[in-house]
Amino acid sequence: METALSARGLTKRFPGVLALDSVDFHARAGEVHALMGENGAGKSTLIKILTGVYSYDAGQMFLDGKAIQPVSPLHAQRLRIATVYQEVNLIPALSVAENIYLGRMPKRWGGFGGIDSRAMIRGAKNSLAQLDVHIDVTKPVQSFSVALQQMVAIARSLSMSAKVLILDEPTSSLDRPEVEQLFSTMRRLKENGLAIIFVTHFLDQVYAISDRITVLRNGRLVGEHLARDLPRLKLVSEMVGRDVAELKHGGAADRQSAPLSPFVEAKGLGRSGAVGPLDLSIGRGEIVGLAGLLGSGRTETARLLFAADKPDAGTITVDGRTQHLGNPRNAIALGFAFCPEDRKVAGILPDLSIRENIVVALQARRGWWRPIPLRKQREMAEKYIAALRIATNDAEKPIRLLSGGNQQKAILARWLAASPTLLILDEPTRGIDVGAKAEISALVEKLCAEGMSLLFISSELEEVAALCSRVIVLRDRQKVGELSGSDVTEKAILTKVAG
Amino acid sequence: MNAVGGTIPVLDPPAAKAPRAKVRASGAMATVLYPTIALALLLLFNLLFTAGFFHVEVRDGRLFGSLIDILNRGTPVLLLSLGMTLVIATGGIDLSVGAVMALAGAVAACLIARPEDSPLHVFNVSHSLPLILIIALSVALLAGLFNGILVATFKLQPIVATLILMVAGRGAAQLVTNGQIPTFQHPSFEFLGSGFLFGLPFPLILAVLIFLVILGFVRGSALGLLIEAVGNNPVAARLAGVQASGVKLVCYVISALLAGVAGLIATADIKAADVNNTGLYLELDAILAAAIGGTSLAGGRFSLVGAAVGALVIQTLTTTILARGIAPELTLVIKAAVVVALCLLQSSKFRELLVRIAIRRRA
Amino acid sequence: MSAANPAAFGWWSARNRLRGVSSRSHFPLLMTCVVFLLIYIAACLRYRGFFSLQVAVNLIGDNAFLGIAAIGLTLVILCGGIDLSVGAVIGCTSIFVATMTEHRGWSPALAVGVALAAGTALGVVQGMLIHFFELPPFLVTLGGLFLCRGLGLLISRESVAILNPLYVKLSSWSLPLGGHATFPLVGVLFVALLCIVSYVAAFRPIGRYVYAVGGNEQSALLMGLPVARTKIGVYAFAGFCSALAGIAVTLYTSSGNALTGSGLELDAIAAVVVGGTLLSGGVGGPIGTLVGVLIFGVIQSAIAFEGTLSSWWARIAIGILLLGFILLQKLLQPERTNP
Repeated sequence: METALSARGLTKRFPGVLALDSVDFHARAGEVHALMGENGAGKSTLIKILTGVYSYDAGQMFLDGKAIQPVSPLHAQRLRIATVYQEVNLIPALSVAENIYLGRMPKRWGGFGGIDSRAMIRGAKNSLAQLDVHIDVTKPVQSFSVALQQMVAIARSLSMSAKVLILDEPTSSLDRPEVEQLFSTMRRLKENGLAIIFVTHFLDQVYAISDRITVLRNGRLVGEHLARDLPRLKLVSEMVGRDVAELKHGGAADRQSAPLSPFVEAKGLGRSGAVGPLDLSIGRGEIVGLAGLLGSGRTETARLLFAADKPDAGTITVDGRTQHLGNPRNAIALGFAFCPEDRKVAGILPDLSIRENIVVALQARRGWWRPIPLRKQREMAEKYIAALRIATNDAEKPIRLLSGGNQQKAILARWLAASPTLLILDEPTRGIDVGAKAEISALVEKLCAEGMSLLFISSELEEVAALCSRVIVLRDRQKVGELSGSDVTEKAILTKVAG
Repeated sequence: MNAVGGTIPVLDPPAAKAPRAKVRASGAMATVLYPTIALALLLLFNLLFTAGFFHVEVRDGRLFGSLIDILNRGTPVLLLSLGMTLVIATGGIDLSVGAVMALAGAVAACLIARPEDSPLHVFNVSHSLPLILIIALSVALLAGLFNGILVATFKLQPIVATLILMVAGRGAAQLVTNGQIPTFQHPSFEFLGSGFLFGLPFPLILAVLIFLVILGFVRGSALGLLIEAVGNNPVAARLAGVQASGVKLVCYVISALLAGVAGLIATADIKAADVNNTGLYLELDAILAAAIGGTSLAGGRFSLVGAAVGALVIQTLTTTILARGIAPELTLVIKAAVVVALCLLQSSKFRELLVRIAIRRRA
Repeated sequence: MSAANPAAFGWWSARNRLRGVSSRSHFPLLMTCVVFLLIYIAACLRYRGFFSLQVAVNLIGDNAFLGIAAIGLTLVILCGGIDLSVGAVIGCTSIFVATMTEHRGWSPALAVGVALAAGTALGVVQGMLIHFFELPPFLVTLGGLFLCRGLGLLISRESVAILNPLYVKLSSWSLPLGGHATFPLVGVLFVALLCIVSYVAAFRPIGRYVYAVGGNEQSALLMGLPVARTKIGVYAFAGFCSALAGIAVTLYTSSGNALTGSGLELDAIAAVVVGGTLLSGGVGGPIGTLVGVLIFGVIQSAIAFEGTLSSWWARIAIGILLLGFILLQKLLQPERTNP
């Protein structure tokens, strides 16, 4: 089959990270090519290079055999590489027709008159009809569903005669029939000879639509396979970097498998577009794991439990009493604590000192009129800096000056200082060196022995298997199983994740 | 003056902790350093070129002179800048302070003078200074609640929310005075604007006291920390359990109350409520003072000491220009330059550009 | 927005229905028109002589300079920014033109030309600072405000009457409308500008780019629209409009004064917002601003007719209207999910 877009030896270096290490990628005309990988795999870096958002340090790109070098998204579009992003990049308040034609609107009187609305509407209707979409193109884009907005974005690309269409997580906010409609459109487009690059987290969808799958991990190409030749388990093990055949069977030996009295229980907890209704219970002093691939609904579940997002279904009971949390403050009042995955956005207060970052949660709970004395704050900061080995010589340094791992530890310290009864850790060990990982694990186990409950979320299945006495497995935003006791092994989790 | 401040004695053994104390002190100093340098340069200029600028004399047991004048005339902006700093630190802005000044002044003046056509004529409280002050400041408090509720509860953009009162506030003040400029004689109220205590102008003493109270209130409680948390990263602050709406409400109320006090001082000073001119454009001076004082206009870290120094810089500039007989209009042009320069200094794009130029030079 | 939410309370569904209306038609603009008509009809019923062509025409003529400035500001707000320098540019321009023609012997044409060019240049500089250095528009244009007020006062503190015969002739010219009604030149200027800007905003690509940039700058960039040119252009045009409004003031009053237009930026913003343009950008238009200015005018005229009421009621009324419309806009805005 003809190669439409091919990249060879693409390398991209960010300060301190090799984001993409000599990666080859080939998108063929008339094929849907899925790009898979976990956090830090280099997927989004690759997409951004292909679409001209990033420059690259080494490598070559060819379109139909001709060398190209897109320098901006606009340039990539001119080269006929079009992208439809997860958050549809249209102008919400402008009409569908205008959104399809912005930047190249037809004009009357040989280009000297105003915009030829009639020609524009006719053209927009035709473009959408090719996708079997029939809507009023004079209405503003925002009056349509996300699925239809995506169709408009695709129509825009097609009307610019795109050769390569990149769909970046297009299905994350669609419901099932909408996904079906998108897929039928994709099939039609590939029959017309378009090369489609499909980025998604949903395993089922990958197998439903893709002809070919490329897996990246840690910035490297792991493999390119025909979808029909790649078993799901192999795909997942390539993504997470653990070979099933090499995995031992046994889990940790001394594991409590007897169910403890439930401390926090969630029933039917869910939010449309985030995670399906699921049950979850955590005993006092228990370590429960949430396992699944990136985008499987792990973080979403944690956020619902912490009331960072509003669930649209389900109840949460704490010590047998039903609680309406409403916002994180109430969750914190019940003793919940949440170390978010994205510490830059949701964790650190960048310009505040390490000490202030550590005491803020406790202080917020006490209220502003009951300040923690400065001496006490200092003691707390010193204590946690020493206990978690946060690498700093000064608690008064702004936290943004710390390395990522140390920031992560400071956020952990923030919550430990508030002495929580339930700690939710979302990817606590990402980007942390091995030694620090072991320290955090040891600390957490000690706290749980003292009665704290822990909900542990990690992509590192090895860690999950080693630490947790019970593991809830998520796939494609649904709970697909629960493992407990001696069943908690890396292999079992991996198998469940792959489905 | 951050809680990080170098003013707190280091209790730990000095040998091991010496470098830390140094870092801490420099961090707190840096914010106040630049406005202080600016102030010092202005004063130095006057020392060298403006004759009699530093001349202070004692008349009837009262101090007079340009320096005293700066401190005295700078009080309204100083008070406004304190409230403005807190509001800006939460990531907001309060455009209504000038109007609130006029409103509080109008209420006080009408309560004292009781003009026939004022709707406040029915209140007969002119004999009781405390009641007058309480009523006038209550009106300011209501204005602050109005702003705060719009911003914190209805989540309006702060510029827009406070714009409403900026437009309608002066109208309401004129409603109170019925469009007149009520003048009055009330020695104990006038003391607020033109009295002297211990040889110093009373407004100055009042402003210093209020400054200390606010400083103690904000930094003594945990309010300062929570304000900075909300302003620095609202998402993370919410997840840490900080109640942003309450924090913001308190800041807008403080800002309006301080504006009310400034309005009372201004009104007492001229013994009349000139609704159209009281506090005109002072909101801009207050924003400028906060910015000069090192508070990031994007919210987060703030410095009340810096804001106070910033207010003094603005007033010294104005007085210098007056003292040297330069057209006072030039003050506005210089302020414009300062605003743009401050913006550029805080812009990361601008810094990147400077770095790029520097690299090219070296190459 | 899925309709299948079982927990939909009355309030939410009402809110969603409102949003549905707003996306189908221009609901805020509709509200503005209704408010205008209500006030106008009430005033006509209450005051003898209010219902006349001359009064209606004066609603535009007396507020033409506000309208001209507000049109420029409309585009800035549509594009997602704000311009606080409007009033100060008006004051600076009026005193500049008056001083140059009266005291320096410039021809009115030269003074007007230089003033318009200077206003535009100021806009370009502001736009460049805002776009290239990503400075907050609010502060940059605040700088512009200080600068222009200062420069205006430096030119002259005193009001300068314009006696230049050509100028006097122009300012006394007005368009006969039949009957005894006449339409002054400044009104004609305003209406002409309104027509041009409305046409460009709706039917020229550059007009649509303004909406696109204000609607979602990131998307506009990815769509390959000339974002920099649009943003800077919009501020330049606003500067031009403000200068033109300053000239309109000199025509209207036959004099120049550096303090003209104090606080006018607020009235202009109020007119734009009441006219249904969203302060977040991307929605609205110059026609709405016309209605906003008319509301402004009709309130002032009604208060003038009332006689016993004083002018500050206008400010309070505008404040209340502004509050109402901003809360209405808030209600109509799509919900934002927590990040």
